[in-house]
This record gives sequence, C-alpha cells and structure tokens, in this order.
Amino acid sequence: MCGIVGLFLKDPKLEPNLGAMLTDMLITMTDRGPDSAGIAIYGRPEKGRAKLTVQSATPDADFETLAADLGKAIAAKVTGTAKDTHMVLELPDDRLDAARHALRSLRPNAKVMSAGEGIEIYKEVGLPKDVAARFDIAHMSGTHGIGHTRMATESAVTTMGAHPFSTGSDQCLVHNGSLSNHNSVRRVLKQAGMTFETENDTEVAAAFISHKLQEGAKLGEAMEATLTDLDGFFTFVVGTKNGFGVVRDPIACKPAVMAETDQYVAFGSEYRAMVNLPGILSARVWEPEPATVYFWER
Amino acid sequence: MQTFDLEAHGLRQLNSALHALRGQTNETAWEIVNPKGSHAIAVGLDAPIDVTVRGSTGYYCAGMNKQATVRVKGSAGPGVAENMMSGTVIIDGDASQYAGATGRGGLLVIKGNASSRCGISMKGIDIVVHGNIGHMSAFMAQSGNMVVLGDAGEALGDSLYEARLFVRGSVKSLGADCIEKEMRPEHIAILADLLKRGEADHLAKPEEFKRYGSARKLYTFNIDNASSY
Repeated sequence: MCGIVGLFLKDPKLEPNLGAMLTDMLITMTDRGPDSAGIAIYGRPEKGRAKLTVQSATPDADFETLAADLGKAIAAKVTGTAKDTHMVLELPDDRLDAARHALRSLRPNAKVMSAGEGIEIYKEVGLPKDVAARFDIAHMSGTHGIGHTRMATESAVTTMGAHPFSTGSDQCLVHNGSLSNHNSVRRVLKQAGMTFETENDTEVAAAFISHKLQEGAKLGEAMEATLTDLDGFFTFVVGTKNGFGVVRDPIACKPAVMAETDQYVAFGSEYRAMVNLPGILSARVWEPEPATVYFWER
Repeated sequence: MQTFDLEAHGLRQLNSALHALRGQTNETAWEIVNPKGSHAIAVGLDAPIDVTVRGSTGYYCAGMNKQATVRVKGSAGPGVAENMMSGTVIIDGDASQYAGATGRGGLLVIKGNASSRCGISMKGIDIVVHGNIGHMSAFMAQSGNMVVLGDAGEALGDSLYEARLFVRGSVKSLGADCIEKEMRPEHIAILADLLKRGEADHLAKPEEFKRYGSARKLYTFNIDNASSY
C-alpha cells in the first residue's frame, strides 16, 4: 500500500511548524505502511552553503570526528549536526562534489541520504512515530517537505530501501505503487551513467527523473515522461529545491488527495492525513486526475 | 437524535451500536461527529434509520447498506456505498474512486463529482451524480441506472451488460461495446423519477440527457470479437 504525505507552505508564518505538521500527517498514515518511514525537509537555503545528509549504522564511531575529517579532506569549513543515525554536514556549496568523493574513502560504511542547498532526508526502518521521534522531525522548520510510510512490495525492508529516494541535488521522490519494468529501465539508466544503491523500483523512478533533468528536460517534462516510459502503478510525489509535484499513472488506482488554501498545498494518500491542518475544513480539496502533472513552485 | 462522537468512542463502538438496531427501533435518527476521514463508518446497516455524518469520510462509508439513509455532510473516500443492497446514501461533497461499486439496490446520490470507476460492476443500484464522473465508470455494469449531470471520463461503460447510463454533458470516450441509444418515453420517465429522488430535478431536465447502453456484442464469446474482450 504505502502512505505519502506532502506539504508545501505558501505562508512563511507556518514554516516553524512544518516538521510538526508533517509528523502528524506521517503518523496518521502508519497503517498504510509500517515497515519503514522517511521524510525530506527543505529548509531555507543559506547563500553559498550546501548540506550533505549521511547515515551510518554505527554513528558513534563514524560521526565523532567526521566534520573535522571531511573539512581537512576538502580544505573547507565543515560543520556537522548528528541526529541518531544521521548527520547533516554543512559546507561550501562549491565543495559538495568533493565532499561526496572524500566521504567514500573517509567513511566507506556511511550512506549519503541527500545532498543539496535545502534538502535533508531522514529515513529508517520502523514505525513512523518512532522514526519521526528519533530524528525529532516535529521540531524542524522549513518551507516544504514530503514523507512516506512503506509497505514493502519491491526489495528488502532496509534503511536504504525506505523512501524518499534522492538521486540528484535537492531532488527526491516518494512512491505508492509498484513498477513492472524497473529492471529494464534501470539497465538503460546504468548504461547512461546513473548509479544505484538498491534493487528498489522507486529508486529507478527517482533516477529516471534525475536523468531526464540532466538531459535538459524541465521538471514538468521529466514527470510527464514517467507516464510513457514507466510501466506499473504509481502515485509519485517529487520534491525539488523550490517546489513539489505530483503525478499518477493513467489507471490511477493508487489513492491521492490534495488540499489547497492561501497558506499551503497539501498532499495525502488519504484525506485523514490532512484533517489536522489549519483551515482544512474550508480548503479546496480534490483528487488529482490520472496522467496529469501537478506542480507548485515558490 | 442520538449523537455519536467518533473521535471519543471509536469505530467499533459506533458500528456495534448501529448494528444493534436491526428490526424495529425508536432510535431512528443518528448524527456522527468528528469523522475526520475515518474508514468504514456506518457499514453493514440493516434498519430504517437516518444517519448523518458531519464531515468527510475515508474508505467504504455506508458499505453493504440495507434500508438506512446515510447522509455525508462532506466528501467521501474510496468505495462509498460499495455493495449497497437498499436504502439511500447521499454525499454532499465529492466521492473518490469506485463509488457504488457492485451495488445491488438502493440509491446513491453524489452532489459533487465522483472520480474513477464510479458504479463499477453495479448490479441494480441507482446512482445520481450531480457533477462529473471519472474514467472507467460503469465498467461491467450489469443492471441499475447511472445518471450524470456533468461529464464522463474515458471508457464509459466498458463491457457493459444491461445497466442504463444517462449523461447530460460530454463523454470523453465510450468503452468497448458501449453505444449511444435512443431516448424513448419510458427512459424519460425513469430519468424524471431518478432526478427527483436524487434531489436534482431543479438542476436538469430529462430531455437534456443522452442514453448509453450495451451493444450486446460481447455477451457470449465470439471469435470475431476476440480483440475487444
């Protein structure tokens, strides 16, 4: 099944509450996906700085001197904030690729969850309420974010198999459904130079969009292309530095509900995920059409 | 009037209380507050009672209904009034996928729009939608009537049996074996009655609708039609 939630804030006054609102929405979707949970939160980018979120199964050993070690390796100022199994490293944006490269030899067991100017991704195996609590998502602020509760259908229940999947800078994707041609699409993408961390079908969708963007497509065009090139059932919610988008396959049997007010645009697999949002009773609520791309940007 | 706070007492207690009303009862009017999109509200009712839900519901609201009148003062999630046997279900807002699916009797009224697969495999239910319906509606519908005041999405009435489909607006495309049919006086009469019972007679006249039904070419297997199955 899987549960998806998303929130794109128009009103800056709500930004301090983003994490709390998304946490509430995510926990409501627990019975759609109790295997693992993940959340991508976009903060306001700081000029010239970028973030690298890394995960380690042995955070005590890996994180203690990571910021200093990485700073030395890339000859730049790096700060690190550890939260449970994840650490957010902040560094000059022009050193991001160098940092990713250095990390591979400095901490071979650490995994990159996300990289970009605004994005931070936290994901782990376990119930959504436990995952959200481990990373204290409820106290995070930001401009927009998406979350996912997973009921595994393709590939193992692991941290890396949890959503969101990030395959490009400030990009992420969550998915409800299953893709039937992910192996052949993965093969094509690998030949084109994309790399994969898991056997998961959703990672293929994320990489497909990233690849289209690298080829010069606009985000709307990349999402449109999923309708012809990806076979299977899907509701995708995509996050970018400035916005978030939604697309459902032409059969559209995976549920999706959207709500819009002057203050926000919200997405939920079910309406009940959104019932505690401010002003929801007077919001415009609708079901996104099949094979139609929806997108909001600031 | 019995008022039930779903948030305070939970779904199991609600449906137990409503199921206890089989046969004769004096508790004929019920109001459910704080539905908050919960699933399976007022399912399996079998008594001539009136239930009003104050807010939007999740999956399968009023499923398997017999005799009761259920009114949702909000929108309904997927599978509303699924497999209804008799009675009436009225949704003031929109309905999600497969509203009224497999229904065998009774009347479902949706005052907003219904999304995909409305009335899929309907078997005797009457459905009146004031707004639009989505793709694959009335797929394999067997009997009953569907009235749509707005537009219909793709593949309306695919593999239809004997259900009657009345659409006032445009139809994006007809499904396999579904064709437009003549509106005869008996159809006008059926439609006039449905518009009245569906609280839509002030919104539309029977003469404004087109009728769609089965071409009856796919009833039994015929090798010449193999590509259409």
